[in-house]
Amino acid sequence: MLKRWRERMTPADAVMWFIGAAILTLVIWGSTATLTEGRYTSHHWFDFVVFGLAQGSIYALIAMGYTMVYGILRMINFAHSEVFMSGPYTAYYVAAAFYSSGFLDRQPIISLLVIFIVSMATSTLVAVLLERIAYRPLRTAPRLVPLITAIGASFFLQYTFRGLYGSGFQAYPVVKMLEGEWMLGEFRILKFQAVVIVAAALLMAALYSFIQRTRMGKAIRAVSEDKEISSLMGINIDRMIVTTFVIGGMSAGAAGVLYAVMFKQVHFFMGFIPGIKAFTAAVLGGIGNIPGAMLGGIFLGLIESVGPSLFLDGLGIVAPYQLKDAIAFILLVLVLIFRPTGILGERLAVKKA
Amino acid sequence: MTRTTRLLDDKTMRPNWHQALKIGLIGGVVEVLLALIGMIEVFSQRDIVSHIISMGHTLLLVVVSLMAYLAAKKTPRNEPLWALMNSLTSGLIVGGILAVLVIVGGLINLRKVFINASPLLYKLLTFDQGVKPGVFLLLGGAALSGLLAGLVYLAPRRLRQTLIISLGSVVGAGVLQDLLRPTFALWGPVAVINELLFTANGLTFHGATGLFVLIAAFSYLWAQKGNAIRDDLKHLSPTSQRVLRVTSLLFLIMILLVLPQILGLFLSEVLTIVGLYVLLGLGLNIVVGFAGLLDLGYVAFFAIGAYTVAILTSPELGFFNLSFWGALPFAIFTGVLSGILLGIPVLKMRGDYLAIATLGFGEIIRILVLSDFLRPWLGGAQGIGKIPKAHIGSFELATPQQIYYLILVGCLLVGFISWRLRDSRLGRAWMAVREDEDVAQAMGINLVSTKLLAFATGAAFSALSGAIFASKLGSVYPHSFNVMISINILCLIIVGGMGSIPGVLVGAFALVGLPELLREFAEYRLLVYGAALVAMMLLRPEGLWPEALHRRELHEGKSESEPHK
Repeated sequence: MLKRWRERMTPADAVMWFIGAAILTLVIWGSTATLTEGRYTSHHWFDFVVFGLAQGSIYALIAMGYTMVYGILRMINFAHSEVFMSGPYTAYYVAAAFYSSGFLDRQPIISLLVIFIVSMATSTLVAVLLERIAYRPLRTAPRLVPLITAIGASFFLQYTFRGLYGSGFQAYPVVKMLEGEWMLGEFRILKFQAVVIVAAALLMAALYSFIQRTRMGKAIRAVSEDKEISSLMGINIDRMIVTTFVIGGMSAGAAGVLYAVMFKQVHFFMGFIPGIKAFTAAVLGGIGNIPGAMLGGIFLGLIESVGPSLFLDGLGIVAPYQLKDAIAFILLVLVLIFRPTGILGERLAVKKA
Repeated sequence: MTRTTRLLDDKTMRPNWHQALKIGLIGGVVEVLLALIGMIEVFSQRDIVSHIISMGHTLLLVVVSLMAYLAAKKTPRNEPLWALMNSLTSGLIVGGILAVLVIVGGLINLRKVFINASPLLYKLLTFDQGVKPGVFLLLGGAALSGLLAGLVYLAPRRLRQTLIISLGSVVGAGVLQDLLRPTFALWGPVAVINELLFTANGLTFHGATGLFVLIAAFSYLWAQKGNAIRDDLKHLSPTSQRVLRVTSLLFLIMILLVLPQILGLFLSEVLTIVGLYVLLGLGLNIVVGFAGLLDLGYVAFFAIGAYTVAILTSPELGFFNLSFWGALPFAIFTGVLSGILLGIPVLKMRGDYLAIATLGFGEIIRILVLSDFLRPWLGGAQGIGKIPKAHIGSFELATPQQIYYLILVGCLLVGFISWRLRDSRLGRAWMAVREDEDVAQAMGINLVSTKLLAFATGAAFSALSGAIFASKLGSVYPHSFNVMISINILCLIIVGGMGSIPGVLVGAFALVGLPELLREFAEYRLLVYGAALVAMMLLRPEGLWPEALHRRELHEGKSESEPHK
C-alpha cells in the first residue's frame, strides 16, 4: 500500500502535499494559540459567526447565478458582478424617494418589498440583455471568446451605470425597523443581520425547489447535462438558457438589496469584490452544482469572518483582518489543488473542461 | 419568431419594414444612453471643425447614419427606393426617440436619477433653439442624415469607400487634434500645417475640406492603382523581394530608434507604457497563446519583478542598494522561480479551473504585499520609493524618451526569443499541449516540464517588464498590481490574435495606446474599451492580426458547427 502510494507520488505532488501540510500546521497552531490566549469571548465568536453567515448567504445568492450559467453554458459570466450591482443601484433611487417621503418608515415592509422587486427586475433585465446581445451569438465559439466578451461587458456595464448615476458612493437609507438587536438567550444578534440570513435562506430554498421540483427546473438541469439530447427531447434550449439568466439575475438582484441593507451604501464598482468572492464560492462548492454554490458561499463567508481572528491572531500577525481576502483565496487554491471538483462537485474539471 | 423565418426574410428580401423599425429603435436607445451617460455633453466641449460641428454632435450623427446604413442594407440591391425608405424611417425613429427624451426631460426632472440629464444636454439636443423648434430640427436632422446614409449605401462601391475613408480621417484628425498639433509643432518646417489645419479648438473649415479632398483623392487613386502595385510586388524576383524586405525592416528599425525624438515627451510616455504592455503581452502570449494555459494571475510576476528590483535597489529600505543592472538578473531569476513555484500546484488543472486558481494567486500576492504584516520588508500600502534609475556609464535613463530605448531593447530581445521559441522543439511541444494535452502526453511530451517551462518563460518576461516599470516610476505600490492588469494583458493578446507575435504589438497599441491618447475622455475610456471588446469578439474573434493556423481553426469550426444550430 505504502509502496504503491510512493510510486504514484511525483515530485510535484510531494511539493503540494508539503505545502498543504505546512498550511494545516499553521492553521492548527494559530487556532490553538488564539483559543488558549482567550482574547476573544464567546460573544465575539458568536458575532463573527453571525456576520459570516449573513455575508456568506449573500455570496451564496450571487454564486447561484455564476454556477447556473457555468453549468448550462460552460462559461465564467464575468459580468455577473455587474448584474448584481445594477439592481440595488437602481433601487436606491426608489429607496431614497420612499425615505424622503416618509413612506419607508410608515410602511417598511411594503417599501422593502417594492425595493426588492425593482432591484430584481433591473438585474434580471440586465442579465437577459447581456445574454441576448453578448453571449447568444457566441454559443459555438471557442471558450476564451465568451470569457473576453464577458469581461468587456463587465467594463461596459460598470461605466454605463457610472455615467447614468454618477461616480460617488450613495448612502442607502436606513430602515428603522431593522435597527437594533434581538436577544437569543444570552447572545445579541443585530436585527438586520438576522433578516439578511433569513431572507437569503428563504430565497435559496425557493430557488432550489424551483430547480428541483418544477418542470422548468428539470428542463434546465437537462440542458446543462446535455444540450443536444435535451433539444431532441423537445426542450427549447434558448428559452432554458434565458430562464437561467433570469433566475441568476433575480437572485443577484435580491442579494444586492441584502448587501445594501447590510453595508448601507451602493457604488458602481460595488459588484467587483462580491463578484469574485461569489465566484470563489461557486468553485468551492463545485461549479455547476447549485447546493454546492450555497454551501460554498456560506462556508466562504464564515471562513472570512472567523478565519483572520482564529488562525492568524494566534500567530502574532498584526492586523489579521487585512488578510481575510488572502485566506479566501488560499482556501480556493487549496480546494482546487486537493479537491478540484469542489466540496460537492462532480468530476467536472477533467470531464468537460 | 424563430431563426428560420428570419433567415427567409433575409433571403427573399421583402421591404423589411420591421427591420427598419427594429434598427431605428436600437439606434434610438443607444443615442439616449449616450446622452444620459453624459458622453454627448462631454464630447461637445471639443469641436471637430471649429464652430461648425462639435464632437458630441458628430457622435450623434455617426450613430444615426450607421443605423440608417444598416437599415438600408436589409433591402434588396435592385430596389433603391426601398433602401432610401428604410434608411429614412430608421433615421426618423432615432430622431423621434431623442425628441421624446427632450420632451420628457422638459416635463419631469430626470436629473434626480440620471445626473447627466442636465439643461445643457437638452440645449445640445435641440441645437439651442428651444424645445419646439428644436424637436423639429432634431427630427429633420435625423431624417436627413438617415437619407444621406441611404444615398451613400446606394453609391457605387469605390465612391462609397472613398467617402467613408475620407470622412473618417477628417473626424479622426479632429479627435486626435491635441495629439497631432504638438507633434507637428516639434518639426520646424511642418509646423506650418498647424496654422493651416488647426485652431485652438477643432479643425479650421478650409483645413477640414482640404484634408477631405486630399484623402479622398489619395484613396480613390489607391483604389484604382493599389492592386496593380501589389501585384507587381508579388511578381518580383525572390532576391529583390528579400532586398525589399530587409530594407523595409532596416527602415522600420531606424524609425523605431528616432521615434521618441519625433514624438515629444507625452507621446514617448505613451510609447513606454505600450512597450511595457508589449513585454507583458509577449510573456502571457507564451503561456496562453502558445501553451494554452489560461493564466489570470499574470500580474503577480510583474509585481514580483518590480518588487525584487525595489527591494534590492531602494535606499529607503537599505537592504542591498544594488544598481538597476545588478538587480535585473535577480528580478528575472525570482520571476522564473516564482513561475515554477506557482506553476507546480496548478499542473493538473485545466481550462477555467486554471484561470481561477491563477487569479487567486495573483490576488494573494497583492494582498500579502499590501498587508501591514509584511510591511517592514515590502512597504505596505505606501510601497517602496526612491528606486534609482538605470545607468549606462554615467548616462542616466530617466526621462520617458530615454527609458523608451531600454524598453525597446527589451521588446526586441523578448520578441526575438519568442519568435525563435515558437518554431523550436519546445514551441511545438507547447502548441501540442494547447491542442490536446492527452494526445501530447501520448506522443512523449513531458507535460510537467513543458508546462513549467511555459510558466517560467512567461514569468521571466513579465518580471523583466516589472523591473523596468519599477525603475521608470521610481516607486512601487501594491495598487499598481491589481487583477485588472492581468485582464488587460489577456484582452490585448486576444484582441491582437492569440499566439501571434505581431498581434501582441497591435493589441497593445489598440488597447493600451489608444486609450492613453484619449485620456481626456478618461471617464468613458473603459466604457468604450468594454464595448469595443464585446464588438470585437462578436465580429472578429480571431483578433486583429491572427496567426494563420488559429484563424483557419476558427473559421473551420464555424462552418462545421453551423448545421447543428
